[in-house]
Amino acid sequence: MSVLVVADHRRGELRDVSYELVTAGRELADALDGELAVAVIAGDTDRFAESLNRPGVDRIYTVENGEEFDNTVYTAAVTELVGRSGATAVLAPNSVNGLDYAPAVAERLDIPLVTDAIDFAVDDGLTVTREMYGSKVETTVAVDGDQFCLTLRGGEFAPAEGVGEAEVESVTVDHPDSGARVKGFEEVGGGDVDIADADVLVSVGRGIEEEENLEVVEELAETLGATLSASRPIVDSGWLPKNRQVGQSGKVVTPDVYIAVGISGAVQHVAGMKGSDTIVAINTDPNAPIFDVADYGIVGDLFDVVPELVAQFE
Amino acid sequence: MKVLVTVKEVAEADDDFSIDGTDIAESDLEYDLNEWDDYAVEAAVQLAEADIADEVVAVTIGPERAEETIRMALAKGVDRAVRVWDDAFEGAFPDVASKIDVFEAVVASEEPDLVLGGVQAADTGFGATGVALAERIGFNHAAVVNDLEVDADAGLANVHRELEGGVEELTEVDLPAVLTVQTGLNEPRYASLRGIRQAQRKEIAPMDLDDLGLDTTDVESTLTLTAMYEPESESDAELIEGDAGEAADRLAEVLREKGVGV
Ligand SMILES: Cc1cc2nc3c(=O)[nH]c(=O)nc-3n(C[C@H](O)[C@H](O)[C@H](O)COP(=O)(O)OP(=O)(O)OC[C@H]3O[C@@H](n4cnc5c(N)ncnc54)[C@H](O)[C@@H]3O)c2cc1C
Repeated sequence: MSVLVVADHRRGELRDVSYELVTAGRELADALDGELAVAVIAGDTDRFAESLNRPGVDRIYTVENGEEFDNTVYTAAVTELVGRSGATAVLAPNSVNGLDYAPAVAERLDIPLVTDAIDFAVDDGLTVTREMYGSKVETTVAVDGDQFCLTLRGGEFAPAEGVGEAEVESVTVDHPDSGARVKGFEEVGGGDVDIADADVLVSVGRGIEEEENLEVVEELAETLGATLSASRPIVDSGWLPKNRQVGQSGKVVTPDVYIAVGISGAVQHVAGMKGSDTIVAINTDPNAPIFDVADYGIVGDLFDVVPELVAQFE
Repeated sequence: MKVLVTVKEVAEADDDFSIDGTDIAESDLEYDLNEWDDYAVEAAVQLAEADIADEVVAVTIGPERAEETIRMALAKGVDRAVRVWDDAFEGAFPDVASKIDVFEAVVASEEPDLVLGGVQAADTGFGATGVALAERIGFNHAAVVNDLEVDADAGLANVHRELEGGVEELTEVDLPAVLTVQTGLNEPRYASLRGIRQAQRKEIAPMDLDDLGLDTTDVESTLTLTAMYEPESESDAELIEGDAGEAADRLAEVLREKGVGV
């Protein structure tokens, strides 16, 4: 009953979730009374293995395979390492790359998959806690099966720290020719402003409804001497450029004050702004998850509240 | 080339909702086409308009109610649709593998060269169906695609995968392939009146498990939803009361204390 955790790395760096996976993996291994193995696939495997050698890790498998991510290789390698380690639980990151191989691994091994786990418990079997309906509710999901694959949401477990005594083993994995090949990378979101530098952000979401209505928040930003940022749908619609997007696939911001106007607070948005000193939310929906991270909340219509707020400063 | 688009009608909770058993009360749910799938539909229709795709077929797993949503995809230019439903799905929490059983059977009869679907369904947020399907049917795949160019002659899709933190991965995928589509890939159109009229005449083929050569054991789920509840708020947020004027007054005071706007 051992656990295999798959490290997440990109362009030469381990991503934070890798260390969180070690913590979660150790907890799961303890609950299953088994060992914890970590898989490091591609990239600078030796250096990554050294970094991931944290207390509680019993074994680290390294699979050399060039620099870049490759879902053909990851799927083959994880499947092979599950066999080799006898793992009954596979724990992968719920990252963009994790979601590019974990479902294929579960399918190949014919084992149940639960994605975006925020917690889990082992009693009679595995029960996973995860959100639904845009973070408005939490659920528990019981998994029927002795073997399973989970993807873990980042930021839910503390990163593992310290130096451990894991054995490192280099493994060669056979795989077919890659069906998806990385040709390069592109940084997006350069341009006129860096929202990460702003002390005060007025951030606008889909609650604004129409492009014309942006004036309402632009005026607030101007009045407060703040910078305007946005949630994803505003950028997807082309109403503001990509460099204004806050969140998982945009910028991570930590201003003194973040004012979220008509933003629901989806997990991918919150990932980019939860470190702000003071968070203010204005939203008509009292159940909007943004209120869970806010310090000050107004349940109200932005079209009423924002003009009143502007008036207060004029 | 033929494109298959997997679409889902998703439920969204009203602002005020109650929980009934292990789901949100039916009366507090609104149904709509999954936001991510809307972009997949648009991508497929654009491939047809560019004469790269000869036919675009949509497939959904959903009850009769979902026809209205599927009809919208037809109105936007999808040629025809397949709607799979069975009593076995009623009230169940299907796992990824059971959905894949259905889609695999549909792929076997439709024989597409490219399968497009959304990155995730907004209600369950699983984000796994497309990649699992690719594995099952032996297609290549790429997840979280926010730029797409199909080179049918070379048998390739050149895509961008949107990674975290404003970085895009430029990836070349061999066809046949399954791609999961991220919002922002294109600008989904609104259905025109003409499109809506034409959609009335397009086929939505209803199918059950039997029609697909499956039975209920194929779609038995390994997952059971055992509880649903409102998350405990970890914040000690000050909820500012009063009408808009009063609330703005208090918020202005807070902001000034923080040195904002002074
Ligand atoms: C892989 C991936 C990456 C993603 N990356 C990001 C990212 O980087 N950044 C990001 O933001 N999202 C990201 N998302 C999308 C995310 O899941 C949400 O879809 C998005 O954040 C929702 O934006 P929103 O809150 O503006 O819109 P919605 O969720 O539609 O919320 C609109 C809110 O406005 C409120 N509202 C409506 N009218 C009014 C009114 N008159 N006054 C006040 N309030 C009102 C509503 O109550 C609602 O809460 C990503 C998703 C995926 C799958």
